[in-house]
Amino acid sequence: MNIVLSHFGDLLGGFWVTIELTLLGFAGSVVLGTILAVCRVVPITPLRVIGASYVEFFRNIPLLTLMFLFIFGLPDIGITYSLFASAAICLALSGAAFTCEAIRSGINTVPVGQAEAARAIGLTFTQSLRCVILPQAFRSMVQPLVNVFIGVALSSSLAAAVAVNDLTNRTQQLNLEYAEAVAAFLVAGALYLVLSLGGAGAGAWFERRLAIQR
Amino acid sequence: MSVNRVLFDPPGPRGRRRIRIIATIVVVMAMGLVALALQRFAASGQLAPGRWQPFTHWPYLRFLWEGLRGTLGATAVAALFSFPLGAGVAVLRLSRNPTLRRLAAGYVELFRSLPLLLLIFAFLLALPPLGLNLPIFWKLVVPIVMVNVAVLAEVFRAGIRALDRGQFEAAAAIGLTHWQSMRIVVLPQAIRMMAPALVAQLVSLLKDSTLGYVVSYPELMKQANSLTVYTHLLVQTFLIVACIYVAINLLLSQLAHWLERRSQRRPRAARPVPARADVQVDAQAPTPQLVH
Repeated sequence: MNIVLSHFGDLLGGFWVTIELTLLGFAGSVVLGTILAVCRVVPITPLRVIGASYVEFFRNIPLLTLMFLFIFGLPDIGITYSLFASAAICLALSGAAFTCEAIRSGINTVPVGQAEAARAIGLTFTQSLRCVILPQAFRSMVQPLVNVFIGVALSSSLAAAVAVNDLTNRTQQLNLEYAEAVAAFLVAGALYLVLSLGGAGAGAWFERRLAIQR
Repeated sequence: MSVNRVLFDPPGPRGRRRIRIIATIVVVMAMGLVALALQRFAASGQLAPGRWQPFTHWPYLRFLWEGLRGTLGATAVAALFSFPLGAGVAVLRLSRNPTLRRLAAGYVELFRSLPLLLLIFAFLLALPPLGLNLPIFWKLVVPIVMVNVAVLAEVFRAGIRALDRGQFEAAAAIGLTHWQSMRIVVLPQAIRMMAPALVAQLVSLLKDSTLGYVVSYPELMKQANSLTVYTHLLVQTFLIVACIYVAINLLLSQLAHWLERRSQRRPRAARPVPARADVQVDAQAPTPQLVH
């Protein structure tokens, strides 16, 4: 226990790396996922095809395989990023596929009648999206997006498998050095719990804020 | 019918022309990107036939095939354990006993919030000194089962909740106890309804099995990595492995879609739980709220 306490700063440093990876990965996947979702609904067939194939590919490739390809494969063709950047990019790339689906299904939960009504009172495409569809769609997107956030947070631990110095990796190292196993894992587990429950809590708060008061 | 089909009028001649122009630009740009990537590969000599030829030889393929067998084996065993256990936890979570309910809820919340890799490291490093030293295969499968039971419990709970309450009431009316009605009436219907979501969950089990690399269990990732140590064909090996994973998972997703379409044809009490529950496992996902 003493060893864990004296290395608590080290673990916290790892936790910070995990948080950074999560936030960067999530931000990247929201931006890219939104673009993809737009691509999948516009009436331009090639864009739809590109969006759909992106989602199918990145939803089905295991994140570890993607990271290996990125970290060990790309340097062979002359593209090298730092380990941390590679892990963050991979998290964003795979998270984007899930974000895209979350946004698309959020838009689809709005009843068709809403869109018809918006069109009937003469709103244009952008107006009806901005004033009628999206505000309603956002409410049902919160929960799926929180799930994506937690997914990114938990998958960020895979960065440890490619030697990024995150929480999982530092816990594991601490073990190899001192064999103070159980305590270190309990602390790391608690920190991950804080991260995902924090994300879920923030999501629930956000959802209450967005709910219509009646 | 989805919303985005009513958002705009069918485009007129000018709109159609604009769509055609943008489509052409997109296609040209996409082809340019592909050409750029290929040129990059060619410039660094990765497209040379010699670098791909090994993968036409049986010894190399057999090495990967053994990995694939390991992957499928681990996935199958993990599925075999986590599906029934997940259903069990879901039933406990819906039971009338508050202690059982809380225990099940605690389990689900805990294991949905822990990364699989951390659990695997725990089984690899922390538990052996305490006397729990499992064989390598189980060091991979047990953590996968522990995590996926929690996820599947949520899928099952969503399915049971989506079933019409009348089914429960009818079962109670003919004198079945809570457990009997769960077992005989509710679960069989719920499972049929959840089939697409359950098949989709196989995809995530298969992806989880890649962590066998960490425990040195000879599954596809581990075998591919060992192969690159000898051949140094990093890009080629991992591209092939990625394609294998994507192909298997696409097949599973197609199966899920097919089950979903098939189940929609029949009239039913409730709608099926959407496939791909890994995005929306939460049963409490709100129904859209509208101003009436």
